[in-house]
Amino acid sequence: MLAEHAKIVQMISLADEVNGRKKLQKMVYILKKMEFSFVEKYELHMYGPYSEELTLRVEELCEMGFLDETCTDKGSYVQYTYQVTEDGLKFSETGDAPKQSLAPCISKLNEQSSRFLELVSTLLYFDHLERTEQIEKVRIVKNKLNFSDEEMDAAFAFIAEMSACAVA
Amino acid sequence: MSYEHEKLAEEKVFKDPVHRYIHVRDRVIWDVIGTREFQRLRRIRQLGTTYLVFHGAEHSRFQHSLGVYEIVRRIIDSGFGGRPEWNEDERLVALCAALLHDLGHGPFSHAFEKVFDLDHEKFTQAILLGDTEVNAVLSRVSPEFPQRVADVVGKTYKDKLVISLISSQIDADRMDYLQRDAYYTGVQYGHFDMERILRVMRPAEEQVVIKSSGMHAVEDYIMSRYQMYWQVYFHPVSRSAEVILIKILHRAKALYKDGYRFLQDPVPFRSFFDKTITIEDYISLDEGVLFTYFQLWMKEQDPILSDLCRRFINRKLFQYAEFDPAKEYRKIGQLDSLFKEAGIDPEYYLVTDSSSDLPYDFYRPGEENERVPIYLQLPNGELSELSRSSDIVDAISGKRRTDHKIYFPEDILEAGQEDNPLYKEILQLVRG
Repeated sequence: MLAEHAKIVQMISLADEVNGRKKLQKMVYILKKMEFSFVEKYELHMYGPYSEELTLRVEELCEMGFLDETCTDKGSYVQYTYQVTEDGLKFSETGDAPKQSLAPCISKLNEQSSRFLELVSTLLYFDHLERTEQIEKVRIVKNKLNFSDEEMDAAFAFIAEMSACAVA
Repeated sequence: MSYEHEKLAEEKVFKDPVHRYIHVRDRVIWDVIGTREFQRLRRIRQLGTTYLVFHGAEHSRFQHSLGVYEIVRRIIDSGFGGRPEWNEDERLVALCAALLHDLGHGPFSHAFEKVFDLDHEKFTQAILLGDTEVNAVLSRVSPEFPQRVADVVGKTYKDKLVISLISSQIDADRMDYLQRDAYYTGVQYGHFDMERILRVMRPAEEQVVIKSSGMHAVEDYIMSRYQMYWQVYFHPVSRSAEVILIKILHRAKALYKDGYRFLQDPVPFRSFFDKTITIEDYISLDEGVLFTYFQLWMKEQDPILSDLCRRFINRKLFQYAEFDPAKEYRKIGQLDSLFKEAGIDPEYYLVTDSSSDLPYDFYRPGEENERVPIYLQLPNGELSELSRSSDIVDAISGKRRTDHKIYFPEDILEAGQEDNPLYKEILQLVRG
């Protein structure tokens, strides 16, 4: 019971804190693509891979008191920050121990901006395609974000780095 | 005349209880409907297990797909045609995408996808692009035409206006399923003035917008959707049936992985259990196959599989109780232990399930709500996000409603509580 909830708490606990709902969504998606055992179902929305299931699970974890959600008004936008509570830490111990490679992968992800993770996750959504087709799809889906060629290269390099980290 | 523009000598019509008639003049559309992959949708129910609560809800994805096609056809032929924002070259791709958007749904779609970690949208694309009858029809239009249709379904098509006809907060998909599901379930909620909405829909650069005078019809549509979700789609009894369905598939998969010898080899499921699914495997599976196996599995030696199948086939569903995760999450751990102690496997007989819906939302910078808003087109041509003008929509914008339940086999516990005090304890705890 609630084993999938425990995995999300473990993930946020390993990150210490996650700034932004978008960032959290993309981090879980990328970890899932790296074969970590998250089960949340993702679909391509207008702003990249997104999981309603994860949104609901995080909301439940906040209701249960395992996650602390703080909302900061940043002027032009609002940012949500997630941290694990003390009860949450105890709860996370009820789940199976995560793979050892999870912590360094999370650390790498958490260092990145949500814009960059949005690019990485969207490229991964199209990872069944050739690289040029992946880029073409991302440019169509995210035409307003105007990702540069340098950002694309950096994203592919990051995916390679994450893949290596996940199997280390 | 090219195949793309070929018209039937005489218009074909399908009698339809929701739209009265579904009109087909394009040869391509007629040919697509005749393919085996599209005909398979007759054997997939639109509402999965809902028929166990609302007995009329036996309608299929075939009917819904025709309905979505008809709505898009009316939008294009009666509303968009001739307007400068609409590119008539997109007509056929929009109609085909509308007709085929659900092609990759499996039997009992959501339960099936959950157990086997599948994505119906990806299967829709795979069927459109694979060695299939539907691909052969679409390829006759042009070699790249199947890819164009697949891109609309996958939301990666260049013309976002075409995508928004089928996938947005006010699209043909939702307009059909709300009305069709209301009709077949017999409820009074899902009705709204679609004719009015179609009259006030306008093509814009990247999406469909609504002429501001049509705001009240859109309010009605959003409220209808809200009611349908809570009265029909999240009905706790139909969720109970879905919980059992998921557990049956999980149990069969676990037994298969453990090398259990089934009385009847589950041939159609093998590739799903082994994760080696081909398009042919996928197309071959429908609800008829699942029901056949559920009947056979009722006679299996494994007591859990046979019990769960009996429950599903004979509608002996799990009981449900309200559950507040904020106050009662410890209860789940206690119940889990008690179930184990009582010899009832909680993996299959104790389930928490949450339903959640966001009736309408708009994008706020910094937030991850992922929804493209509905825009009203003001008399001066400017666009205004719906909730700025509508107090009703503003009141529910971004308001997520969530419901949590625990499902459990009350019948077993009640029947055994005199002999087993643990059963009594479980009942007392679960009922609060």
